[in-house]
Amino acid sequence: MIRVCTVIDLPPGEAVRVVAHVPIAVFNADGELYAVDDTCTHQDASLADGWLEGCWIECPLHASSFDLRTGMPNGLPAKRPVRTYPVVVQDDVVYVDTAVQDVA
Amino acid sequence: MRTIAVVGASLAGLRSAEALRAQGFDGRLVVVGDEPHEPYDRPPLSKDFLLGTADRESLALSDPDALAALDAEWRLGVRADRLDPDTREVHLSDGSSVVADGVVIATGGAARTVPGTLSLRTLDDAVALRAALTGGAERLVVVGAGFIGAEVASTARKLGLDVTVVEVLPIPLGRVLGPEIGAVCGELHLDHGVVLRCGVGVDQVSSSGVVLTDGTMLPADVVVAGVGAYPATDWLADSGVAVGNGVLCDQGGVTNVPGVVAVGDVARWSGQRHEHWTSAAEQSSVAVRNLLAGHTVAVHDRPGYFWSDQYGVRVQFVGETHLYDEVRYVDGTPEDRKFAAVYLRGDAVVGVVAMNNARHFTRLRRQLGAATPSTPAP
Repeated sequence: MIRVCTVIDLPPGEAVRVVAHVPIAVFNADGELYAVDDTCTHQDASLADGWLEGCWIECPLHASSFDLRTGMPNGLPAKRPVRTYPVVVQDDVVYVDTAVQDVA
Repeated sequence: MRTIAVVGASLAGLRSAEALRAQGFDGRLVVVGDEPHEPYDRPPLSKDFLLGTADRESLALSDPDALAALDAEWRLGVRADRLDPDTREVHLSDGSSVVADGVVIATGGAARTVPGTLSLRTLDDAVALRAALTGGAERLVVVGAGFIGAEVASTARKLGLDVTVVEVLPIPLGRVLGPEIGAVCGELHLDHGVVLRCGVGVDQVSSSGVVLTDGTMLPADVVVAGVGAYPATDWLADSGVAVGNGVLCDQGGVTNVPGVVAVGDVARWSGQRHEHWTSAAEQSSVAVRNLLAGHTVAVHDRPGYFWSDQYGVRVQFVGETHLYDEVRYVDGTPEDRKFAAVYLRGDAVVGVVAMNNARHFTRLRRQLGAATPSTPAP
């Protein structure tokens, strides 16, 4: 488990990037927290810098969107999903469980 | 339609072929490409590929399974020489021809050349340039400080060469990004020990170097020209397809000839020719929809977007910059080489530019066309 930040540091609509075995982006999508690989599977760009809309994060470089629940892209240019990770909140601290990696 | 020919096998051609299948076209699909390579991505050619950190395989725009699934006839290494408008027959350089019910023109652009210099447009160009830069060369002169020139200069610095960039205009990229932001891009060269000579032209290129119009002699082992590209429309002479700085199309890629659409760098949609990666990708599905419908049922009107990576700085731009009144910095400063700014015409945001600030760029681009720019939350 990797400590990300406190809950108040991740308000709705915001993202925090942490470095684990790879950079991971943690999003607050209208109250639900999601963690995915931060690097777009298409080209080098940070999804934490992207545009969050509902459960979808749009890559800031080429506008492929990824479903934060599954990691799946909605279409080109990205073809491969990003990995998703469980998010755990304990005592108002946000953690990412990097031992579990789901590839849709 | 039973047969559709896609002429051009780069990004716009591939995306068109993919869109045809995705939109239900199950007839014969022929893709013609003048390069011998399967569709590959051009942006890395001036960056990681030239540097040597990306290989050919990584450039592939599609994987073998996906290409096979398109069930297309690939005519690679063959040029389209002529289009007969009456029969919609595409005559190829190997003497064969394809008779098609529909034609997608995606022939792209060709690099403008300067005698005695290398240029960079194709994979083969990039292989040759990399060989030249890594074969003991010490001094590089780049003619043209546009995006290709700047990216080549940046990569050559990483490879350890002494680099001079020559730009005939007073400010690099001034026509694209405006003088304020163009000047900042010019400073990136200076930050990294590259000499930038603006407002001077090239008089002569020889094996020993470049003579400028002011008489200056710049010794060089390699000279690269990045002086733009022209739309590859020569083959359309006498085709009846209207051409003028690109294939003239409506806002949906539909030309004046029935059953013929155009996409990508070669296409001029409603008077605008976008030589950008994203436009090529986005136009394809729209033009294909109109081709299959037989008339314009969909249009593409998203503002032009492009990015450039140079000297470790990611530049992103969307919108248009002619006739803007003011550049307003919204976050960061140009001195930090990390900022986001909007171009304003009156109170309206007509463009957004950022350096190393994808986060603010992503938010500001949503305000394109909005009356009052607001400062995004930090």
